[in-house]
Amino acid sequence: MTQENRLQGGLIDRSRTISFRFDDKWMKGHPGDTLASALLANGVRLMGRSFKYHRPRGPLSAGSEEPNAIVELRDGARREPNTRATTAELFDGLTAQSQNRWPSLTFDALSINDRLSSFFAAGFYYKTFMWPAAFWEKLYEPMIRRAAGLGSLSLQADPDSYDKGYLHCDLLIIGAGPAGLAAALTAAESGLNVILADEDSRPGGRLNAETFAMGQHSGSDWAAETAERLSAMPNVRVMTRTTVLGAFDHGIYGALERVSDHLPVPPEGKPRQILWRIYSTRAILAAGATERPIVFENNDRPGIMMAGALRAYANRWAATPAQEIAVFTNNDDGHRTAQDLLAKGVTVTAVIDTRPDAPKGNGYEVIAGGTITNTSGRLGLSKIEVTDARGTRRSLNCGALGVTGGWNPNVSLTCHQRGRPTWNADIHAFVPGGTLPQGMTVVGAADGLFSTHAALTSGADVAASIVADLGRTVTRPDLPQAEDTPVALTPFWHVQGAKRAWVDQQNDVTAKDIKLAHQENFTSVEHLKRYTTLGMATDQGKTSNTAGMAIMAEVAGKSIPEVGTTMFRPPYTPTAIGAFAGRSRGADFRPTRKTPSHFWAEEQGAVFVEVGMWLRAQWFPRAGETHWRQSVDREVLQTRRSVGICDVTTLGKIDVQGADAAAFLNMIYCNAFAKLPVGRTRYGLMLREDGIAMDDGTAARLAEDHFVVTTTTANAVTVYRHMEFVRQCLCPDMDVQLISTTEAWAQFSVAGPNARKLLQKVVDPEVDLSNDGFPFMACGEITVCGSLRARLFRISFSGELAYEIAVPTRYGDAMIRRLMEAGREFDVVPYGTEALGVMRIEKGHAAGNELNGTTTALNLGMGKMVSDKKDSIGAVLSRREGLNTPDALRLVGLRPVDRANPVPAGAHLMTRGSPVDAAHDQGYVTSACYSPNLGHAIALAFLKSGDTRMGEVLRLVSPLTGVEHDVEVVSAHFVDPEGERLRA
Amino acid sequence: MLINHPTLGPRDASEFVYKGDAALIRRPAPDAPDALEQFIDYGYLRDNPAGAHRELWFHEQGDRSWLVVTRDTLTHEITDVELARDVARREGRSK
Repeated sequence: MTQENRLQGGLIDRSRTISFRFDDKWMKGHPGDTLASALLANGVRLMGRSFKYHRPRGPLSAGSEEPNAIVELRDGARREPNTRATTAELFDGLTAQSQNRWPSLTFDALSINDRLSSFFAAGFYYKTFMWPAAFWEKLYEPMIRRAAGLGSLSLQADPDSYDKGYLHCDLLIIGAGPAGLAAALTAAESGLNVILADEDSRPGGRLNAETFAMGQHSGSDWAAETAERLSAMPNVRVMTRTTVLGAFDHGIYGALERVSDHLPVPPEGKPRQILWRIYSTRAILAAGATERPIVFENNDRPGIMMAGALRAYANRWAATPAQEIAVFTNNDDGHRTAQDLLAKGVTVTAVIDTRPDAPKGNGYEVIAGGTITNTSGRLGLSKIEVTDARGTRRSLNCGALGVTGGWNPNVSLTCHQRGRPTWNADIHAFVPGGTLPQGMTVVGAADGLFSTHAALTSGADVAASIVADLGRTVTRPDLPQAEDTPVALTPFWHVQGAKRAWVDQQNDVTAKDIKLAHQENFTSVEHLKRYTTLGMATDQGKTSNTAGMAIMAEVAGKSIPEVGTTMFRPPYTPTAIGAFAGRSRGADFRPTRKTPSHFWAEEQGAVFVEVGMWLRAQWFPRAGETHWRQSVDREVLQTRRSVGICDVTTLGKIDVQGADAAAFLNMIYCNAFAKLPVGRTRYGLMLREDGIAMDDGTAARLAEDHFVVTTTTANAVTVYRHMEFVRQCLCPDMDVQLISTTEAWAQFSVAGPNARKLLQKVVDPEVDLSNDGFPFMACGEITVCGSLRARLFRISFSGELAYEIAVPTRYGDAMIRRLMEAGREFDVVPYGTEALGVMRIEKGHAAGNELNGTTTALNLGMGKMVSDKKDSIGAVLSRREGLNTPDALRLVGLRPVDRANPVPAGAHLMTRGSPVDAAHDQGYVTSACYSPNLGHAIALAFLKSGDTRMGEVLRLVSPLTGVEHDVEVVSAHFVDPEGERLRA
Repeated sequence: MLINHPTLGPRDASEFVYKGDAALIRRPAPDAPDALEQFIDYGYLRDNPAGAHRELWFHEQGDRSWLVVTRDTLTHEITDVELARDVARREGRSK
């Protein structure tokens, strides 16, 4: 294919010709092209099908506001749906597919929707698919999703990486058009630390699209030279291809840098995109303006474009959608399009100017007071029907039409917090209003100052005042002479009588839909948006909102500002989810914490389980074991028979030191700690202030003024936070210091009848492990393996004779190997979290399932522990009547009457013969397992008045798992209820 | 958001954990005759102002200090930041 619509000049690199494919056709373009400009140059106007009616569509704009020309870019795993062809930079070998069409773009079977459009008017979802209700999920929704839609995903993992970065600056300038460049020059030469960000690959904004002179230079040359000068300054960072997506609190902005999107694949080691968080003292919004259309019958045919976009394609990209072009305008800007096109050798059929006093044409016909009342051309514009001031209709041939209804200041980022744009009657547009984001000032066209001269001076002036505000000396750069044409516009929003006239082309919302919404009493602009979906597509209605509001105002008999205002939210343009995820995906979704014995456990073939961020060994399968229960049963039985070892490093450890350490623990725990002797450990229960159990653990007193507190693995962080709250906010003058030492100590539980014998081989000879020398609940600082410092606690979660030994973390791997070696003569077994769970259920110890955020000390059978002789967190509210009713839940044990039956956790308890419903609920099972020691299932449960119901037979029901059978209420202490083993 | 830490300077809000109303510093005396009522008020009843709000933030990814931040709930403007410990002392929580 030849580039039949390629013009002379432009900012493309004609020295190189590159190839690209659209659907099944290979074409040629040049570096500097966008996909849209290259397609236009190749004579392609049709680039997509519309969302609802499958109408043929081509590009409307030449920028990121594009509603129509959206394609699937690239192939395979890199395929990206809904990419705007108007911003996709061309590279050699680029491939793109049109979307939302079948079987092909030129013949789309679902264009039948267009013929059926009367059924698809505003609110058709709500009206048409109401009945029968069951049809929605099965029939209507899949059908609509297939018929109306955007591009499709590759369904493969994204092969590219995304980074996050953080930047700081005195001044962030958003937009590198004339206003932004002038502001950057002023601020930079005055010594501020400046970031200049622009979404385009080339700084200059409209200067690249217009033929304006800047002093002796062309606008684009001046922009390029200025950007180059800025880039060379050490205090300036010029960021092209960087879209500022959102304005957040306190001068923080989010920006997406497209590092590699203009390349076939990201260079080795480079991310595809970087999401920047920019911390700015001040910001200047120089985002320019977006042209808005006039709405008329059949205004969506490929070839009908914004007049300013035609100029951009002609001047910057040397491309035109057709050789014969007409212009439809209500302002002088439309005439500029005609002049620029003429200068490029394009035939201008006519300029249809809605103003009766339209200026004379200079080399082209002007139809003053005229309107366009219809268009034709199936897959692209071929004719327009013009009605002149006298009402005479005539038909004009043209392959493209430039439309302009004026320009809207690009106020998006001013709305991201509390800004509410206000109507400026002088320029007939919304301008920034309300409270802008902290530190933001708006300049140039974004502030409604449309001439190049005004853009330059407002940018420079605002930057100078910021420099002065920040206490620096202002250095003013020389700025070139530039055009200062006033806005000459007479508002004209839509041609009367038009029905199939598109307001929002991306969501297929017509003028008729807006009138219908008004008829049906959706008169608030917010209701209008949601009923018609106006402005709710991925372009956020950048080209459609104002026209929609103008039509609404007309049918409501109000003015535009009375109808409401326009609003935008972050992100400014659609952003890949991958950019927000950054490196946090897959295995790196969050950090993984490995225990000190992890590598050893891996060598043993352990199966791991995620516990918060930790990976813990769940069980250690041995050859021949085919089911996890075999491994777990073996680990439990061998631990109770001889000795087992478990890594318990993950439990939270908090060091509490200071003269008031004991008084502080008295405050934290509901039970008393003041009188705990040095060298002893005590179980402690922490309540929340509302009287509900928060966490449990042990506190070991290593010295008068030194305790080591343990928490559960899951609550290590929240308990520490809570303790700091109590220390700093409630007891500010207690002499006590806290530090988390969870990561500092590797800790192993050594449990079972042979635990002492095993440990004796590891501790240094002078350590007395005898029952008298180191009794149950003793603790102390000792040495092991020849003077390695360690901590030893004689505490037991399993109910066996047990110790927990802690060594500095870096010795953890050596310690587990030494313990296993020392235990070989006792057939020591490593056990995982499953065996740990089984043994604690057999022993009736509460854990996370029991401390589930709804239970009290009373429920847990520890009501007497809550001391009333001292103040502690939660003590007062734990005495509330509602938490102390006679039928309060109590922790009990359960066993199935038929011992072969299972007991599922989560099952509920019912009195025999009672209805199975919530009103008759007696309690629920929290933890359950198979006890290899007892040979049947056992469980812990909360049961109403459970402490007085020992021996009662209840109905266990679990409709979810289909279980219903009898269980017997027993003591929760299934194994060694007297505690003889742990004191042995 | 940025929180101007009294000792560390401006820090990103993502370093902090939010708790809520700084009235939590005013824990009632447990031995008051109406302690139960006071604790219910303390535990459950919060003001929900549209405007200036004194609230507790914990610098968890930082120096682990609790701060009292005065923040406008409408604009997120932060007008004052103090160490909670200083506030607690001023409110008479020294032992």
